[in-house]
Parts: sequence; C-alpha cells; structure tokens
Amino acid sequence: MFEAIALSDAEWQAITLSLKIAGSAVGWILVPGVAVAWLLARHDFRGKSLLDGLLHLPLVLPPVVVGYLLLLSLGRHGWLGQWLYQGFGLSLPFTWQGAAIAGGVMAFPLLVRAVRLSLEAVDPKLEAAAGTLGANRWRVMFTITLPLAVPGLLTGTVLAFARALSEFGATITFASNIPGETRTLPLALYTLIQTPGREAAAARLCVLSIVIAMLSLMASEWLARRARKRLEERDR
Amino acid sequence: MSGDIHPSTPGAPPAADGALECRLRKRLGSFDLDVALTVPGRGVTALFGESGSGKTSLLRLVAGLDRPDAGHVRLGERLLTEVASRTQVPPHKRHLGVVFQEARLFPHYRVRGNLTYGMPRAARPQFDDLVALLGIGHLLERLPGTLSGGEARRVAIGRALLTQPRLLLLDEPLTGLDGERKRELLHYLVRLTREIDLPVLYVSHDTAEIAAIADHLALIEQGRLTAHGQLDALMMRLDLTERLGGFDAATRLGARVVDHDPAYALTRVVLDDGQTLRIPALEHPPGTPVRLRVGVRDVALAHAMPEGTSYRNGLAVVIDAIEPSTQEPSANEVRLTIGRQQLRARLTRQACDEMQLVVGKPMVALIRSVAFDSRF
Repeated sequence: MFEAIALSDAEWQAITLSLKIAGSAVGWILVPGVAVAWLLARHDFRGKSLLDGLLHLPLVLPPVVVGYLLLLSLGRHGWLGQWLYQGFGLSLPFTWQGAAIAGGVMAFPLLVRAVRLSLEAVDPKLEAAAGTLGANRWRVMFTITLPLAVPGLLTGTVLAFARALSEFGATITFASNIPGETRTLPLALYTLIQTPGREAAAARLCVLSIVIAMLSLMASEWLARRARKRLEERDR
Repeated sequence: MSGDIHPSTPGAPPAADGALECRLRKRLGSFDLDVALTVPGRGVTALFGESGSGKTSLLRLVAGLDRPDAGHVRLGERLLTEVASRTQVPPHKRHLGVVFQEARLFPHYRVRGNLTYGMPRAARPQFDDLVALLGIGHLLERLPGTLSGGEARRVAIGRALLTQPRLLLLDEPLTGLDGERKRELLHYLVRLTREIDLPVLYVSHDTAEIAAIADHLALIEQGRLTAHGQLDALMMRLDLTERLGGFDAATRLGARVVDHDPAYALTRVVLDDGQTLRIPALEHPPGTPVRLRVGVRDVALAHAMPEGTSYRNGLAVVIDAIEPSTQEPSANEVRLTIGRQQLRARLTRQACDEMQLVVGKPMVALIRSVAFDSRF
C-alpha cells in the first residue's frame, strides 16, 4: 500500500528538476524584472509603450514561437549563442540552464506586471518626503519603495515561479525533453501520455502537479499575509 | 471676542540677513508665479494667500521638488537653484526641513524610526528634548497608522527638525484638523518656534494662525507678492484690511508681564511706553515678553477715561489716521499711536463725526480685558 503511494525515482527526478529549473528561472529574472517594473512605474520615456508591448509578447505568443526564437538567438549558430559558445564555451539548448532561460522568459511578464502594480501603488509623496529628509535615490528605493511593495513582489515571484514550473512549449522547443536534464513535470507527464499503458503513472503526476501548485499558492498567501501584517499592524 | 495672547519671539531683525533669498518665475496653469522673496534669518515668515495663489508651488520650488522657468534660490551663501547656470541641487542635498500638508509618515516605520530616518549622528543629543517639546514621547513605539491627525503632524515636524535643517518649511500644517486639535498643534508650534533658533517659512491662508505665530509676512496673490515685511507693520496698513483679517482684523501689541492677581485670575502687562493693561491670567513669570492680539472691533475711544465703567483698560493714544472702512459702510478704520507701537480701532462714522475725531488728537483707547484670549 505504502509502496503504491511512494514516489518512483523518475518521479522524484522530475519534481526536483522542475523545482530547480523554476527556481533558477525566477532567480535570474528577479533583479531585471524589478528594475524594468520600476522603470515602467516611475519613469516616462520614449518607446515606453513599445517596451511594454515587447514585455507582454510571451504572454500572448504561442510558447512554441518563444522557444523557437530562443533557439534562433541562443542556439550555437544564433547571434547571441555563437558569441556565448565561442567566447565562454557556453551552450544553452538541450541543458537545464536552457530550460531555466525558457521558463524565465515566459514568466518575465507576469513578474513585471505584479511588481509594477505594487510599485505604482506606493505613494510618490512618501518618496519625495524621504528625499527632503536627506535620502538619496537609492536609499529611498531600498528603505521606502521596495519595502512598501513587498506584497506585490511576493505575489509576482510566486506567479513567476508557478509559470516557470508549468512551462511546456518553449521548454520542449528550446531545451528538448531529456530525462534528468530537461524533463520537468509537464514534460514527463506529456511523455507518459504519449506512451500506451502508462495512464496510471500519468494520473499520479497529474495529482503531484496539483499538490505542488496548491502548496505554492498557500505559501504565497501565507507570506503575503505575513508581510502585510508586518507593514500595517506591527503595533500591539 | 477676537483677541489672542501668546508669547512673542524677541524682535526679529528685518530682511537684512536673509536666510533664504529667491527670485522665481514659473507658469502655473492660468497664471504666472513671479516672486522675489526674502526669508529673514530669524523668526517665522508667513507666506500668506488664498488657496490657488501659488503658495505651495513656491514652497515646492524652494524645496527643489519642482524646477522654475527662470530665477534662483539662495540659502545663505549657497546657491540651490539657478536656471541661468542650470544649477538644481536635489532635495536631499538642500538641508531644508519640509513638513507637508499631509504628515507623510512612513507607514512601515514606527514613530521612532520616522523621527530618526534623516537624523545625523550630531542631532542625537537633541532627540529627547525635541520629543518632549512636541509631546510625542508616549508615541515612539507606535506605527503611524494608529496616530491621530495632530499627533502625526507633530511627528512629521519632529522628523524634519531632526535632520538639522538650515530652514524649516511648513505647508499649512494645521489644515484638516478640527478646532481643538488645531489649537493644540498651534500651541506646540508657537512654543517650538520660540525655542528653536531656526528661520521658518510658514505657508497658511488663515489670519488667526498667522497672527499667533508669524513675525514677518509675505502676501501672495495670483502668483505675485503684493506685500512683504514685518507683520506688525503690515497689520497697521489700512489698505490691507481686506486681505489681513477683513471683518476680524486685529492689531498685535508687544508687552511684558508685570505681575499676577490670582484672586481675579488677571495678569498685568506693561507696554514699551510704560502704560499697563489688565488681561486674563497668563502662566508666564514676570518679565516674560508677550504678544497681545486685539481685534479692531474690541477697541473703543473716549475723550477721557469714563468713571464707573466696566472697561479695565484705558490707554492714552494719539490718532494717527482715519479712513473709511472697506469692510463696513458704517465704519471708519482708525489707527492710533501708543508710544512706539500702534493700535487699530473700527468705529462707526457717526461716532467719529460726533466726537470730532481728527488726526493728531489725543484720546483714550478702551479695551475690555475679556477681549484677550489667553488660550495660546
């Protein structure tokens, strides 16, 4: 009975790989995502709507198109991939790092959107007040703007993590479906569905995905509530 | 009924040693802001005008929060803004304390954290005294969201002062407070401006507030300065009655506490020419300089001190000017001289004619003791 519930090695591999890839994806987009969100929330410049549109492309394009574009640019013969390979010996396609890039690109607009909304909700008058108290731009950002935007930052991070975790189309196009390297949960599930007689195993992965998704949602809710509490009701 | 008493700041010198000097022009919607303003190095300068006259815009230009179209701002020797040379020192390097209309406290810092946000190490010894002066000691561990409007303003004022600014800018700090809270905060402000040696630019549209706190006045209308100087002198200008108080126009007299009469709860004060006044009891010890506010409608004139009267105060005065009132068709505005000070009275034209009042005539000015309000 217990053995029936226990996870197989392949299942564990898919889960840990998924978490590693999704975690790395969020890791690399966090700083540029916050920077771009801040740019969009606090500055007006020429080409702002163009940048905004470009950022949202991964949300509306078929993921396969994004994966293909990544392959074109970051593949060994792509303009950026060639430079990376010749200059640093780096090759991204068909590696878990490549999968993390694909997941990050797909998650980027969600992160930027959530962070931008929370940054826009921070009253610029508080930032101006901090300026008159002698705080330079960086101190204002790290002591006023970002702390007040923490709930949105958390939401954005969890959304981006969930998006990277569920990434399929761009990943399989750019990083392929290699067991132990790029076969994340969705890809493993897809492989099982394609194999006759593995319906039960597919169902198990399906349930696993739901459990992981629920856990991350609950974690985000808990973190956001804690952050809000610290911001608003720290008083006894 | 209108008549306020409050401690005075020692006679502040006029604009000679200006702390702040600016000449600014900026397009503001339907009109141009175009002013040349000097804030003296001591005392409180009120920037007074109706809402929409450009007061807050001027304050923002001084604080460096906006850029002017032309002109400059100089703080002491230091040039903060100069359009011609493209100088624009950013707000955080100006060493100005700014208190905005809303307190703008940081919601994620406790009161203590707000107070110390911009506090340099050198200001640490002042912390306790200032907290006591503002009466916010019991609030230090609270979050701003739990403070009342008046408490939040006091914290904002303390926060600005603890940055050790060269000049304090206050933008209508009493706006939006109810009567009692307003009176309380004004009390703290008057005490504060008396204790700290720091020039203050105080934006307001309330004459009673200004009469309580200001030494100098800059009157701003439609983006232009229409009067600028010592407040006491400007309050004497009959042509400014409309602007400064109107129906409730008043005079301020400088005096010194002589002694107290606890039985009747009265205090005797002496003017600079030696004449005394009886006013409702003050807490200040003998010798303390005070400023008395006397409403123009609370002063009556007589040829001699009448006998058997309830008037407690009769001052020997000389008529200095008589002009028809712009406030009241039945009245004249009369300016009187007492020693080196002046006093105003609003009298019916009928009384002026019957008493044959003319400039230069010595008279007795009658003022009821209860016309003074000692709640400040």
